[in-house]
Amino acid sequence: MKKVLAMPQSLTGARWHYCPGCGHGIIHRLVAESMDELGIRERTIGICPVGCAVLAYDYFNCDMLEAAHGRAPAVATGIKRILGDRVVFTYQGDGDLASIGMGEIVHAASRGEKITVFFVNNTVYGMTGGQMAPTTLLGQVTTTSPFGRDKDREGYPMKVAELLSTLEGAAYVTRVAINTPANAARAKKAIKRAFEVQMAGTGFSLVEILSTCPTNWGLGPVEAMKWLEEKMIPYYPLGDYKVKEAQ
Amino acid sequence: MEKQILVAGFGGQGVLSIGLFLTHAALLEGHNVAYVPSYGAEMRGGTANCIVTIADGEISSPLTDSPAQAIIMNQPSLDRFEARVQPGGVLVINRSLVERMPQRRDLTTLELPLNRLAEEGGFGRGANMIMLGAYIAHTGIVNVDTVLGSFDKIFKGKRASVIEQNREAFSFGIEYARAHW
Amino acid sequence: MKGNEALAEGAVIAGCRYFFGYPITPQSEVAEYLARRLPQVGGVFLQAESELAAINMVYGGAATGARVMTGSSGPGLSLKQEGISFIAEAELPCVIANISRGGPGLGGIQPAQSDYMQACKGGGHGDYHLVVLAPSSVQEMMDFAIEAFDLADRYRTPVLIMSEGMLGQMMEPVEVRDFVTPAYEKPWAVTGCAGRKPNIVNTLHLPPDELEARNHVLAAKYARLQAEQKRAELFMTEEAELIVVAYGLLSRVAKKAVADLRAQGLRVGLVRPITLWPFPDTFLEACMPAARAFMSIEISMGQMVEDVRLAVNGRAPVDFFGRIGVVPSPREVRDAIEDVAKRRGLA
Ligand SMILES: Cc1ncc(C[n+]2csc(CCOP(=O)(O)OP(=O)(O)O)c2C)c(N)n1
Ligand code: SF4
Repeated sequence: MKKVLAMPQSLTGARWHYCPGCGHGIIHRLVAESMDELGIRERTIGICPVGCAVLAYDYFNCDMLEAAHGRAPAVATGIKRILGDRVVFTYQGDGDLASIGMGEIVHAASRGEKITVFFVNNTVYGMTGGQMAPTTLLGQVTTTSPFGRDKDREGYPMKVAELLSTLEGAAYVTRVAINTPANAARAKKAIKRAFEVQMAGTGFSLVEILSTCPTNWGLGPVEAMKWLEEKMIPYYPLGDYKVKEAQ
Repeated sequence: MEKQILVAGFGGQGVLSIGLFLTHAALLEGHNVAYVPSYGAEMRGGTANCIVTIADGEISSPLTDSPAQAIIMNQPSLDRFEARVQPGGVLVINRSLVERMPQRRDLTTLELPLNRLAEEGGFGRGANMIMLGAYIAHTGIVNVDTVLGSFDKIFKGKRASVIEQNREAFSFGIEYARAHW
Repeated sequence: MKGNEALAEGAVIAGCRYFFGYPITPQSEVAEYLARRLPQVGGVFLQAESELAAINMVYGGAATGARVMTGSSGPGLSLKQEGISFIAEAELPCVIANISRGGPGLGGIQPAQSDYMQACKGGGHGDYHLVVLAPSSVQEMMDFAIEAFDLADRYRTPVLIMSEGMLGQMMEPVEVRDFVTPAYEKPWAVTGCAGRKPNIVNTLHLPPDELEARNHVLAAKYARLQAEQKRAELFMTEEAELIVVAYGLLSRVAKKAVADLRAQGLRVGLVRPITLWPFPDTFLEACMPAARAFMSIEISMGQMVEDVRLAVNGRAPVDFFGRIGVVPSPREVRDAIEDVAKRRGLA
């Protein structure tokens, strides 16, 4: 029997509720494949955000917990401090992590909390219908920046990977994208490495993943990938921002 | 006079637009109106419905479990709402998406093959307007001529060509009702 | 007009030019409307990084004497409680809209009235109250928004508008009121002390007698509000033996049920609290001579019913009917009322 597309063991196989062409599905798969390859599914605990990925507990086939909006890094801290040998990750959108949850993420990184954060940057609030996010690009129109984001009115888009890489406790901070198969392969490598950094006890690890929200961008799936490449990558350059060697 | 009209179907069939159109039309005629779209748990599973209340006096409850009239766009909606229409009420049915006809004998049932009509008339996305034209022309819930004259107001802000298309689909519905009902 | 838009436009009519908010369903429409509207009238809409920040922006904004507003729902309202306690203590006028949803926790966006306790019994820490208004129509969404700013300024208090998701989505015609904003002197505002002694907005009172004195000042204001601002709508309460109490959109469903039952000969009437705080217990009191039983109907597991019991104070039985996540239908409400009438020997 020929398997066309094997389902990673770390996914439940439940049908996505995500819109067609949404980056969340791709990223879930990359995270799940990495968990499979590292053989950590049964000792991993994941934290869902409040955002479109709020139902990630239906998809990841490991222990999962749903946190309040933005608080996932604090919840993860509580778990990790008690179960130090488990692998703990959070999966957060840009509203969740960089707006309401900025305090929690900065302090988790600064404490060098041995958790892994998957930060999905799609420049908007997906779940609530396309409001402005801290990562919304200048000029980008959203329902709460109806005249386009203006630096004097709404301020500048936030560069999370750069910001967090300045913190001493951060061991691995990198930015990847999923717009091409090659980039997705690089993203998966980064995801695996982030888990490994946690398991080695080096410190806090975060992978910022540039993703798409075709629905709220008002674009088709293919156009959305193009928009990611042409608009997002120039402002959010890909690459490693912090790599601390294990002691 | 107080009449409550339920409109129900799949999301994407323009169910809420039918309700909004009726609301505007009744408002322009000087009635009291309330429009309540399905909300919350109701929204799941791709179904959509709304309730429009048209009255001369103050409207107490904008919600109802027994509408006087129901516009039914598909089978699941018929299954769900047939029993609820008030005795002696009116049931308007999109025959194209309904396999069985209603069992109740105490209702006036009006049917039209909406999807086929839309295709034949070349009104791909305007099927809901055909339904509205036929429904309003037959029931006189609002005055059909006043409505025809108010398209520009109801569709304020829309392009002239779009308004015209809607008016054509609406008129197509009126003619269907006059010929068949 | 949609309920949420009417509320937002009401704020604009009242002269509110500053809105600080954070997206949350089903409140986002209020924010989105004002994001477009406020710049047209020279105002500022700012999306804060969180509800915590939003309410503190309101704290600062209100301290300047300007008319400011925020809105939220469910978990967002919970986050605002710390700031609300500060604003109440500092006696700063502002308006907060709760387009409420079902909880606890993340809950869902379904209709609910389960934030009654949070709104009326504190919510944050300390001895304070908010004025809480509960609109039941799109017209009232606008009217109460306008009035809320007036009450806020008049009593120097935060005013909460308690709406819910379905009323926010509902459309009804709205008559836009002619409204002249009375200008209130705000000599306490922090605006820069040129030509006067510095003003201080403060909530810290370390000397014990000072703290107690402050609480007496607040208590006196709340007593004044209770004396002057209890409001309710009475419907068919003359000689009613069974009094139904319901507020918000649900009260209109109850009204229909009550009218139907009256037509059948059941002596039932409706009291609709318009102010949830101060709770209009005097209106229930007025029904006492004829009333032999009371009943609270809510979209909750039973919150306002406690205030109905306090008002009735053991003189008649108080029953409850509630659902969560749906507005009960007129028939459901009618059946529930009939049930109680039978049980209490009134039918
Ligand atoms: C305290 C609180 N405030 C607001 C909300 C409403 N809310 C739900 S999801 C969300 C934003 C989600 O955006 P993002 O984190 O960018 O994730 P995406 O949906 O784009 O994946 C907000 C504001 C909430 N649930 N709780
Ligand atoms: S709204 Fe955007 S982020 Fe959410 S599932 Fe749809 S495409 Fe994905």
